[in-house]
Amino acid sequence: MSETLGAVIGQICEAFGNDRTRMMDIVRAVQERFGGVSSDAMDLIAAAVGCRRVEVEGVVTFYAFYSEKPKGKVVIRLCNDVVDRLMGYEEVLEAFEAELGLKNGETTADGAITLETTPCIGMCDQAPAAMINDVVVTELSTDKVRRIVRGLKEHGDPRRLITRLGDGVNAHDLVQSEVQNNLRRGGPVIFADYEPGVGLRKALAMSPQEVIREVKVSRLRGRGGAGFPTGMKWEFTRGAAGEEKVVVCNADEGEPGTFKDRVVLTERAAMLFEGMVVAGYAIGAREGILYLRGEYAYLYGYLQKVLMDLRAKGWLGEGVGGKPGFDFDIRIQLGAGAYVCGEETALLSSCEGTRGDPKNRPPFPAQKGYLGKPTTVNNVETYCCVTRVMEQGAGWFAQLGSKGSPGTKLLSVGGDCRSPGVYELEFGVTLAEVLRLVGAEDAIAVQVGGPSGQMVGPEAYSRTICYDDLATGGAIVVFGPQRNVLDVVREYLEFFVEESCGYCTPCRVGNVLLKERIDRILAGKGEPADLDYLKDLGESVKIASRCGLGQTSPNPVLSTLRNFRSVYNALVKAEKRGYQAGFDLAAAVSEAEGITGRKSVHAH
Amino acid sequence: MSGSITITIDGKEVTAQPGQTIMEAADGAGIYIPRLCAHQDLVPHGSCRVCTVRVNGRPQAACTQPVAPNMDVESETPEMLNVRKSMVEMLYVEGSHFCPFCERSGDCELQAMAYRLGVASPRYPFMYPRRKVDASHPEILVDHNRCILCGRCVRASRDIDGKHVFDFVQRGPHKEVGVNAKSGLGGTNAAVTDKILEVCPVGAILRKGVGFKVPVGQRTYDHAPIGTDIEKQGTTSE
Repeated sequence: MSETLGAVIGQICEAFGNDRTRMMDIVRAVQERFGGVSSDAMDLIAAAVGCRRVEVEGVVTFYAFYSEKPKGKVVIRLCNDVVDRLMGYEEVLEAFEAELGLKNGETTADGAITLETTPCIGMCDQAPAAMINDVVVTELSTDKVRRIVRGLKEHGDPRRLITRLGDGVNAHDLVQSEVQNNLRRGGPVIFADYEPGVGLRKALAMSPQEVIREVKVSRLRGRGGAGFPTGMKWEFTRGAAGEEKVVVCNADEGEPGTFKDRVVLTERAAMLFEGMVVAGYAIGAREGILYLRGEYAYLYGYLQKVLMDLRAKGWLGEGVGGKPGFDFDIRIQLGAGAYVCGEETALLSSCEGTRGDPKNRPPFPAQKGYLGKPTTVNNVETYCCVTRVMEQGAGWFAQLGSKGSPGTKLLSVGGDCRSPGVYELEFGVTLAEVLRLVGAEDAIAVQVGGPSGQMVGPEAYSRTICYDDLATGGAIVVFGPQRNVLDVVREYLEFFVEESCGYCTPCRVGNVLLKERIDRILAGKGEPADLDYLKDLGESVKIASRCGLGQTSPNPVLSTLRNFRSVYNALVKAEKRGYQAGFDLAAAVSEAEGITGRKSVHAH
Repeated sequence: MSGSITITIDGKEVTAQPGQTIMEAADGAGIYIPRLCAHQDLVPHGSCRVCTVRVNGRPQAACTQPVAPNMDVESETPEMLNVRKSMVEMLYVEGSHFCPFCERSGDCELQAMAYRLGVASPRYPFMYPRRKVDASHPEILVDHNRCILCGRCVRASRDIDGKHVFDFVQRGPHKEVGVNAKSGLGGTNAAVTDKILEVCPVGAILRKGVGFKVPVGQRTYDHAPIGTDIEKQGTTSE
């Protein structure tokens, strides 16, 4: 048995060149083969790639999709995002538990099926949804759960659960998914007709410096949320010291409520890769990496095929597009369930085969990124914009959208609305117009930019979506009159607690403390002073946190304290006798009661 | 000096060398910026966030931020003091720090920092975790209940001892210092003479068989607050 383990792990490590920087792929392969990465497996991997066993353990225990303890052959990961909760997550979870005869987190006695929950898998427009191994199942109902579990017990093959295929490329032989695109409105940049290669040919006819100038003139800004000017980022990377440069695409959209990159990866993969090739040409890179979130592993085979087609056309490989000396290729790095890896330096850590900890800055990735090489990291949508800028010209692009925010923005809209899905709209559109389009005129609250953005109420609906007003990476979650915004805040805090990497104090501890106090208020034990406490705590976490996760994780609390104060005020009350309302005497003395064997006369 | 950079820290002009961090420049000028994960013999880590300062208005960790011309650093402001106290209080409630029982009391940097910053009692509720105690090594005890995840032992063992016996495992609130052996520290080549014992700021890594050798009252921080050495250094060099 251990001989088999040793032989298989030896083969796996060798397939990745015994290269410790490929740890993500090695651990993934071991996990798939054995259901977990055992202590012995860690020793074997460490020996094969020449690192410490504790480093392998560090990786295995960092990513939610990896585990030391073996999981079932089939792992059901039910999405527990806020939107899924609005759409019936609780009933679906209960149905899974009842049908499988186990509790969330457990594995069937025969080791066949594990049931888990997982944060946003990018399917809010067809929630509740789950991943069954790499297969995505959507619009779950208790009936559908029964069918799924019956099927799994019968044949154990998640792929055979798919009975109807989604639209567009979702039906492709290499995808075969029931996921729907729900592309409600295409715009001129991303979802207008696209003829592959036109933008690239035009780019290759220019010098790299001219390409960068064109991108600068277009005033394209990063679509991931931070909005850094793309051309400037490229210029820094091109100018940075270091022979080898790297182009990285961040396809790790994990912001709860975001799913627009899913549709781009499905329907505009070639356009995305074309933008990466343009970037490679502009900055002088040979190497490109698409970091694909583990939740989108169902697209992996298809994306590999697109890359192969591009190689066959000569648009990847040596002498790209007939340009002597321009050699460029792209590999796909799969993630494994870690929201923090959407932070660009954490993403690079993960690509390097380590824990997904963000790095200290400076140096910035443009100076020292992937394996110390100057690296440009852009979002999926940004690279697609680049392809269109090359095709149509910077002037054409710059006249779209609003003054400080040229172009269009893809919005993923979910929650309490009639038409959830992806909308490509010009920057400058008002939130009210978005709500009208999606059929959510009665919304009481909208989370703009996901939990790391802000929760706004009707007084903000006249504001516009753009970098200078309501900035967003694309997530719009709508809440109807029947919802309590504090329940939403609680769920988002739970998400940040679980997704913090734990590197720095404020994010690791502060989010736990924020959630504790929101829980207390929701339980009716809050005091007026708790609102000042939350504000002070939230601001400390924002100021002191090391990366964007902790710098934004208190936003659900801080923005609702600002915009929904009355909801808090209705829940907190001053204790009449001047006692601390949050102090539970009975609970505090219960352990002592157990030891002494008698009841406290004061607590009961 | 040619090539030197001038920055201001709380309005005071400080001369720094290119490549220095704000903390190094401050230390050189006798200005103490509180810190827990930073250690003079180790590469900066930037994790405890106690050294958070505002640099031209933006929050940065002084231990990792390199100096640059025209930097205006705010350190001893009421806002930064509140943030620092908040970090120390978070570390207190996250672990289990019963000072009267702890061999490191008086030598403990977390305790000394709380005194220096005026933390009488944390504003946050205690979490009372139950973490493991690793007594598998014949001469070294590791009590994870007292660990503040500063990573000094990880860096010291990797970069100075050349043994890499520790590294971080798990994530988020579950994050902990892992050991490079299934059986605990006893299964590694860690030695009692290693740097790891010297750099631990709290009572998480202790030498076995030695208790209260230095009496309470004569310990490192019993007579002067933490940071006094740095503040004195500045005055003598002037």
